Amino acid sequence: MKYTEEDLEQELKTKEYEYGFYTEIESETFAKGLNEDVVRAISLKKNEPKWMTDWRIEAFRVWEKMTEPDWANVNYEKPKFQDIAYYSAPKKKPKLNSLDEVDPELLDTFKRLGISLDEQKKLANVAVDIVMDSVSVATTFKKTLGEKGIIFMPISEAIQEHPELVRKYLGTVVPTTDNFYAALNSAVFSDGSFCYIPKGVRCPMELSTYFRINEGGTGQFERTLVVADKGSYVSYLEGCTAPSRDENQLHAAVVELIAMDDAEIKYSTVQNWYPGDKNGKGGVYNFVTKRGLCETNAKISWTQVETGSAITWKYPSCILKGNNSVGEFYSIAVTNHFQQADTGTKMIHLGKNTRSTIISKGISAGHSQNSYRGLVQINSRAENARNFSQCDSLLMGNACGAHTFPYIEVKNKSAQIEHEATTSKIGEEQLFYCNQRGIDTEKAIALIVNGFSKEVLNKLPMEFAVEAQKLLEISLEGSVG
Amino acid sequence: MLKINNLHASIDEKSILKGLNLEVKAGEVHAIMGPNGAGKSTLANIIAGKEDYEVTDGIIELNGEDISELAPEERAHNGVFLSFQYPVEIPGVSVTNFIKTAINETRKAKGLEDMPAKDMLKMIREKSELLEIDRKFLSRSLNEGFSGGEKKRNEIFQMAMLEPKLAILDETDSGLDIDALRIVANGVNKLKSKDNAVIVITHYQRLLDYIIPDFVHVLYDGKIVKSGDASLALELEAKGYDWIKQELV
Repeated sequence: MKYTEEDLEQELKTKEYEYGFYTEIESETFAKGLNEDVVRAISLKKNEPKWMTDWRIEAFRVWEKMTEPDWANVNYEKPKFQDIAYYSAPKKKPKLNSLDEVDPELLDTFKRLGISLDEQKKLANVAVDIVMDSVSVATTFKKTLGEKGIIFMPISEAIQEHPELVRKYLGTVVPTTDNFYAALNSAVFSDGSFCYIPKGVRCPMELSTYFRINEGGTGQFERTLVVADKGSYVSYLEGCTAPSRDENQLHAAVVELIAMDDAEIKYSTVQNWYPGDKNGKGGVYNFVTKRGLCETNAKISWTQVETGSAITWKYPSCILKGNNSVGEFYSIAVTNHFQQADTGTKMIHLGKNTRSTIISKGISAGHSQNSYRGLVQINSRAENARNFSQCDSLLMGNACGAHTFPYIEVKNKSAQIEHEATTSKIGEEQLFYCNQRGIDTEKAIALIVNGFSKEVLNKLPMEFAVEAQKLLEISLEGSVG
Repeated sequence: MLKINNLHASIDEKSILKGLNLEVKAGEVHAIMGPNGAGKSTLANIIAGKEDYEVTDGIIELNGEDISELAPEERAHNGVFLSFQYPVEIPGVSVTNFIKTAINETRKAKGLEDMPAKDMLKMIREKSELLEIDRKFLSRSLNEGFSGGEKKRNEIFQMAMLEPKLAILDETDSGLDIDALRIVANGVNKLKSKDNAVIVITHYQRLLDYIIPDFVHVLYDGKIVKSGDASLALELEAKGYDWIKQELV
């Protein structure tokens, strides 16, 4: 009964995607390909005002001239951008007053994902705005939020109902010209969420959006904009699972956060896109641009648990523009099989007394490659800026890789920067110790991984932490036994 | 309780145990002594089921059942406990969380529900008092930054919590100062009953001042070459191991 590294690897290999099913929902999909007419058609389909159409067209023209970045530590076959359909919406888009009116098949999908709306509603005050194949089909808790003046709705609706707000802030943190994928997203984004918290309001519940990809071959381009006005607070949860597909699916989202003076935004993500099968076939390409802007005394905190996607390219960042502003990044990235993740953060210190904290935990198994890439930049006017970074890697087996690419640029002598990094391996000694206490190898791995990730798991809102812990176990064990 | 017959074992083709015999009955305390490299830790690890070793011949029986094909966790479920010479660190996992997992996994294997939190708490309170363990200690990450004494005390605490049938203490006295040694030995003595058995593996006699063995065995070159009562340990302490080697020639 010898349990070797090879056995461990073998066991990890056999884990299958738990949510690997596909629901047939009648949907309307554009022909494949992208040109200015397609961009116009998307805008027309969504009945957008002219300024929005123009904004998209401008982004498209910028994108056309750009080339895909290749500096990330990932290898993949570049998506064929003319081979993707850029719009897909469930055909039946009913106006719903209650869950009874939701397509039963759709409800069934949610149930299989273990997130029935009923439960969600009862559980912990969560207002859920569900994005299914790009168009929102159900929004709950609108009333409670409305009473506080909080706007939380699909961005397509916000464009209709609050054009002045959307127009004022869209693209101010991530401009259309920012990068290849952000430009593409700006041109073709299908839907997403918009959230506005008025001055001095503390959002009474965790706001949550579930994203799914459900139509084979449709790229998903979500756009999220969260604006926290002066002195307000919001905690936003984003969680993803996707049905298993054979072909690669492109996901290029943009998330913009704006925290005005004295405001705080906590943005938590559990990402579980389909990672591809054990041979590295299929899986989601996840190229995301997430960035937040902090004004004076503002705070933005990113917490992410990344377990899915074949390729992850993602750097939730903070621009600490205002004096005394605070940026935080807490991340767990798990890669297994042939997954590749290049993820981290950018902390741009512009204001005085700005502070940032980076805690990154990378867990690699199988043949996967897991990279942390982070930039800490202290600009010349950022007196007394401080940063603490900690990057820990945990390896399982001999075929995976962990990499750390920290970039530090300091232009002000008063800055204090600390960087710590560790790499460890789940060893046979640890496993034997657990086994000897009656804990089998599968449970032991879960225990060790959860211990390793604890600092970050603790940062998640309670209801999310439980789900995240489960996900970590599913991602790494499943397999054993 | 434990019956080992003609045990041969090797690691990486190197033969370490060469026909070892040992019988331990319920209610007994056995001490295994011997010079470095005699195979003492190997024996402990093999009983616990460590997979680096290859058992080439012989039988290991626990309560009449051959356990040599069982996985380490299955042996643990059957009541085998090993107090490690070098306990490993598990960062981020508290002593409490670890022992809770161990107890509930063992219960699960026996088809039992998780131990109710109330009972667990009561048990933790009792056993930590027995071993003079500070409550704060229980929230620390397992063995991380523990002193040598804390590690060993934690091992005995886990033993107290898991209530094994057969406890093997591998060099538990190493790294202990005299006070810690007394606390640990005292704990072991209190946990002793007519239904369980203890094997104490040690290099020196001093632990045996506190845990009085019923039998002392000398392990040399992969075999038990001499057995006796507690006085044998004193003799070894006084004369060293050379006279035994002489006898064998």
